[in-house]
Amino acid sequence: METLIDNWVLACLVDDVPENGGACVKLGDEQIAVFNFTRRGEWFATQNLCPHKQQMVLSRGMIGSTGESCEPKVACPFHKNTFSLLSGQCLTNEELSIKTYGVRIEDGKVFISL
Amino acid sequence: MIKPTIIVVGNGMVGYKFCEKLVSKSSGFNIIVFGEEPRQAYDRVHLSEYFNGKTAADLSMSTRSWYDKQGIMLHLGDPIQEINRTTKTVHSLLGITIQYDYLVLATGSSAFVPDIPGIEKDGVFVYRTIEDLELIKAYATNAKTGAVMGGGLLGLEAAKALIDLGIEDTHVIEFAPRLMPRQIDSAGSAMLQSKLKELGLNIHLNKSTSYIGGNHKAEALHFNDESVLPIDMLVISAGIRPRDEVAKLAGLQVGTRGGIVVNDKMQTSDECIFAIGECALYDGMIYGLVAPGYEMADIAVSQLTGGSKLFYSYDMSTKLKLIGVDVASFGDAFVTEPDCRTIVFEDTHKGIYKRINITTDGKYLLGGILIGDADAYNILLQTVNNKLVLPPNPEDLILGSRGGLETEGAGIMNLPDDALICSCEAVDKAAICSSVTNLGITDIDGMKKCTRAGTGCGGCVPLVKDLIAGTMKANGQYVKNVLCEHFDYSRQELFDLVKINNLKNYDLVLDHFGKGDGCETCKPAVASILSSLWNDVIVKQDTIQDSNDRFLANIQKGGTYSVVPRIPGGEITPDKLIVLGQVAKQYGLYTKITGGQRIDLFGAHLNDLPAIWEELIDAGFESGHAYGKALRTVKSCVGSTWCRFGLHDSVSFAIEIEDRYKGIRAPHKLKGGVSGCIRECAEAKSKDFGVIATEKGWNLYVCGNGGSKPQHAELFATDIDKETLVKYLDRFLMFYIKTAEPLSRTATWLNKMDGGLAYLKNVVINDSLGICAQLEEEMQALVNTYHCEWKEVIEDPALRKRFTHFVNAPREKDPTVQFEPMREQVKAKW
Repeated sequence: METLIDNWVLACLVDDVPENGGACVKLGDEQIAVFNFTRRGEWFATQNLCPHKQQMVLSRGMIGSTGESCEPKVACPFHKNTFSLLSGQCLTNEELSIKTYGVRIEDGKVFISL
Repeated sequence: MIKPTIIVVGNGMVGYKFCEKLVSKSSGFNIIVFGEEPRQAYDRVHLSEYFNGKTAADLSMSTRSWYDKQGIMLHLGDPIQEINRTTKTVHSLLGITIQYDYLVLATGSSAFVPDIPGIEKDGVFVYRTIEDLELIKAYATNAKTGAVMGGGLLGLEAAKALIDLGIEDTHVIEFAPRLMPRQIDSAGSAMLQSKLKELGLNIHLNKSTSYIGGNHKAEALHFNDESVLPIDMLVISAGIRPRDEVAKLAGLQVGTRGGIVVNDKMQTSDECIFAIGECALYDGMIYGLVAPGYEMADIAVSQLTGGSKLFYSYDMSTKLKLIGVDVASFGDAFVTEPDCRTIVFEDTHKGIYKRINITTDGKYLLGGILIGDADAYNILLQTVNNKLVLPPNPEDLILGSRGGLETEGAGIMNLPDDALICSCEAVDKAAICSSVTNLGITDIDGMKKCTRAGTGCGGCVPLVKDLIAGTMKANGQYVKNVLCEHFDYSRQELFDLVKINNLKNYDLVLDHFGKGDGCETCKPAVASILSSLWNDVIVKQDTIQDSNDRFLANIQKGGTYSVVPRIPGGEITPDKLIVLGQVAKQYGLYTKITGGQRIDLFGAHLNDLPAIWEELIDAGFESGHAYGKALRTVKSCVGSTWCRFGLHDSVSFAIEIEDRYKGIRAPHKLKGGVSGCIRECAEAKSKDFGVIATEKGWNLYVCGNGGSKPQHAELFATDIDKETLVKYLDRFLMFYIKTAEPLSRTATWLNKMDGGLAYLKNVVINDSLGICAQLEEEMQALVNTYHCEWKEVIEDPALRKRFTHFVNAPREKDPTVQFEPMREQVKAKW
């Protein structure tokens, strides 16, 4: 694993992640969903597991935003539960939440802080 | 202060309703209920559904805990045997003696059993309680021929129950010269009879039974005219007898032919004792329907709680579905000329009979009868009850206006405020309209919660819906169906805007007409619009597609995908079958035949999809679009090429149609079917479009649906040739694609369409909007730009690269995906 400083881990190349969409990277034994929110010029990373039915699919979900504050979110492709990409809180079911991770872009590479 | 005690004798529908209404009005009573049956009140109106899989619990009107919560003491299986009016006490079978302040008799009725020799034999039943039904059910397992004595409303219900129980040969015996003599006239009866005959019921009118033959058990019915009908079992449904024996014993006044005499306050000859429901005799009449029973309960509650409501003779209008045939009778159904003018419409082809009786000056509707099509029942009943002035051509009421424009529903908002809409729950028009205006109720579920309208028999639900829509429109409150928070447009509006502005991708559409960053609702909706307009390769904009469209496969439990190649019309060569088997084996896929005559391969890893498709495409397969809101399959029967009944070659036509519309995206999935004859083996009438061969050509049906709300497709055009049929289909499908809401199937689309099927026919067949040439052109453009999406992917390395689970380890499959064996195949373990 190539590290930038301490806990920043190289995940993939910028080109690996589709515009305004997500991709899944494998870091050790973890599956991380990385989102390239081109429209906002932002990147996000979360766990790939949707906690609702324990499915490894969040990276395949559609992203978007909601509300006055344009809270960025991802929708699980299975049952369309949506999760905030900022806090990881599920927006459709109070009891659920997911882990989020920091993302940095350097030289066309995507780094994630674990 | 000690609360006065009310004892309710009887726990049927009306007895229960009395309790419900009383506790909602007052908590000032100590309520004790005695019921004869072992279970609490259940819905006797829908008793026959007990044989359709409904359980006693489904039919139950409440739960034991409801009585507990209300503080009502409930004694079941313990009928009251005696009333002592001097000491104001009742004695029950099990020996309970309690004092009452008020007594409410809701003892209901029992089946009237005529005194015919042999009536005591085994195999003779009545049809009244769940216990009766259980006895009938047990006996029916060994019976092949069954008869119902009595061709009234309940008798026909009982006959349906016998059919549902699998009695192959079911007979209805009626003493009168017609069926349902209390509700319908001879002509109506004749129409009903011919419809019931088609459904396999044998009807015998003018038959008087002299005795029931057989050794211990019923084996034959012997009639006065010397004829004999061999039977295995008999259900008696010859009318009801009010249960007035306890009242009679207590010296209360009863009618000469039974029934506890009550006044307009529901009081019996003892002012502390009330009687309600089918045991009560008001003005010489027993009311054998549930709605007037509920009204009586309401009157009694009002009287006991200081109100002053009185009972007036109750409207006995009724509408029901008997063995699938609509039957309705309203107002004065039997009045004849010269006391009125009668308008009759009779269509023996479709089995429809309609009669309305109007005043001699043609101004008011008096009553009528509807057989086979009772859609107009609600509005006709309202027209009678509210003395609405008739239109200049009263026949329009039963024929619909024939000038093209439909006026259906136009009269609803003209009803007076006190028009009774839901007679079961006594909800009037004003209550419904004010719930919309003042409480913001906009749908039927909300209305049910708020007013209880439509929660009884459910017959008024269409009328309630129309009133909600009408009130919203009148308030200028019409809510536009916008896509989501990002687009203030309906799908249809956005469709036109995208087309006019020639926008080809989602970001441009969002920039021009939306706000924010989009979401999982508008992205696939816009993707569908873009695809229906430009038919570009959808995976070029993969991140606005729903997951299935993004990876051109159906995501399944565990995150694997299923693969469905197109098999047009369900026709496949042995060589192609072998390839499917080989591919499935090679990639460890579970195989199953689908409902659409195709083969589904389950359990494919995302990474394997391109390789799987490469092999399938090499063998001549194409994408089946099972993952898309697009044309799925056109199911076919084998047709005239092999079938001895087939009129035309349904397989060839199905293939032709499927090939024409394959790959076309729509607001929701589309399914079709083609049958080679009226036997309809392709089940085309459950599809969005169905084609059935006739002697002279093809019949086209549209807007059918399976799924959670099954609906038969409606006949759209008859005896047309192939070319005309394809032309109509082009126009129909394109009109749907352009105007339906997102994720709305053709059935829902039609159900919501103003003017309904007549309007749709006008647009598609008569070109009333002048858009047919354009629709055909647009459809042809889609047909011309067809491409197999999977072929595009496997030939483009950049697109192909997207089918990986880990972007940083493209060869690795998702390790969390696991399988376990099942019946020589695998299933996902998760």
